[in-house]
Amino acid sequence: MRSPAREAIERELRLGAVPSPARSEQAAAAAERLVERIAADGLADIAYATLDSPLGELHAAVTRRGLVRIGFAEEGSDELAQELAQRLSARIVRAPRMLDPVRRELEEYFAGSRTRFELELDWTLIGPFARLVLARTAAIPYGSHSSYGEIAAQAGSPRGARAAGNALGSNPIPIVIPCHRVLHSGGGLGGYGGGLERKRWLLELEGALQ
Amino acid sequence: MSISRFRARGVLRAVSHSAPPPFQAFLDENRDVVWRYLVSTVGAGEAEDCFQETFISALRAYPRLRADSNLRAWVLTIAHRKAIDAHRGRARRALPLAEIDALDARVANGPQGGEGELWRAVGELPPRQRSAVALRFIADLAHRDIAHAIGCSEEAARRSLHEGLAKLRAQVAA
Repeated sequence: MRSPAREAIERELRLGAVPSPARSEQAAAAAERLVERIAADGLADIAYATLDSPLGELHAAVTRRGLVRIGFAEEGSDELAQELAQRLSARIVRAPRMLDPVRRELEEYFAGSRTRFELELDWTLIGPFARLVLARTAAIPYGSHSSYGEIAAQAGSPRGARAAGNALGSNPIPIVIPCHRVLHSGGGLGGYGGGLERKRWLLELEGALQ
Repeated sequence: MSISRFRARGVLRAVSHSAPPPFQAFLDENRDVVWRYLVSTVGAGEAEDCFQETFISALRAYPRLRADSNLRAWVLTIAHRKAIDAHRGRARRALPLAEIDALDARVANGPQGGEGELWRAVGELPPRQRSAVALRFIADLAHRDIAHAIGCSEEAARRSLHEGLAKLRAQVAA
């Protein structure tokens, strides 16, 4: 049997336990210090952050091996973290500082002062066939372009241009692996995971569309 | 369209539940309740260290977790152990009296995990009763999960909670 006095106490405990803004701020600050320590000590498997770019927000993720994923704004950073937790490791934290080198090279690229990326890449998310296709793609120089058929042939693909197109469509590191430099042989833009407007924008930035 | 294309869009998420959620999402979701639990049990002065150690331990064990685990109960179990360690450490260090007074004064300075007089009285309960009360009212855990966190039977957890509440009532009446 509960006495009225005990119920009064319980009610007051509940009221007093409602989170206050001050406590929430302290908890958020403590969590931020925690994540910095986790990142600095290399305790997480993946760090991600959202970067600004002329193409809108970009969500980028790095592992100990290197840059593993870039997603365009529509994908959402929570969704990207979720995907990486499923496919690679759930030990993933939002640690903007860990993305500093990626941010720097992308900024230089978008400013037109960088024509090749020197970032280490992590190819783990890329299957064997896509790896052949994307390795060839990574070799297309800034300012020029290739076709799906050419890339397929270079990758030694018996499956041809369509298979190469699928591999390019699954590129987990767009912009840095420049799948936007692969066009239809007839001169059409072809497809792009981030939308054709972005593909055109990138090609114009590189002076490849005349 | 290839499987990886679907994956990249998160479509497969609905059918694949093999991994726990991203650690960041788990941290965002539970940082408040863990922080308030620790402030109410070890005090504001030691909450920071316990908080860091709790989540670092959670991070180390994280990949072995099942996706359908009760993550809040799990992390509070870890937090409870860190709080106990902190109490033991404090006893072992045997601070000079003056320092203990200073620490108590600092801890007593503001309201604890919960807010207000009553929660200050919670801070003075014996550790197990204090944990039971905090886990019940701050973390909103069921008796079964409180028992698991404290490492005792459900009946013992119920008793600690009951005794804690009785003590609070006596204190308020006094």
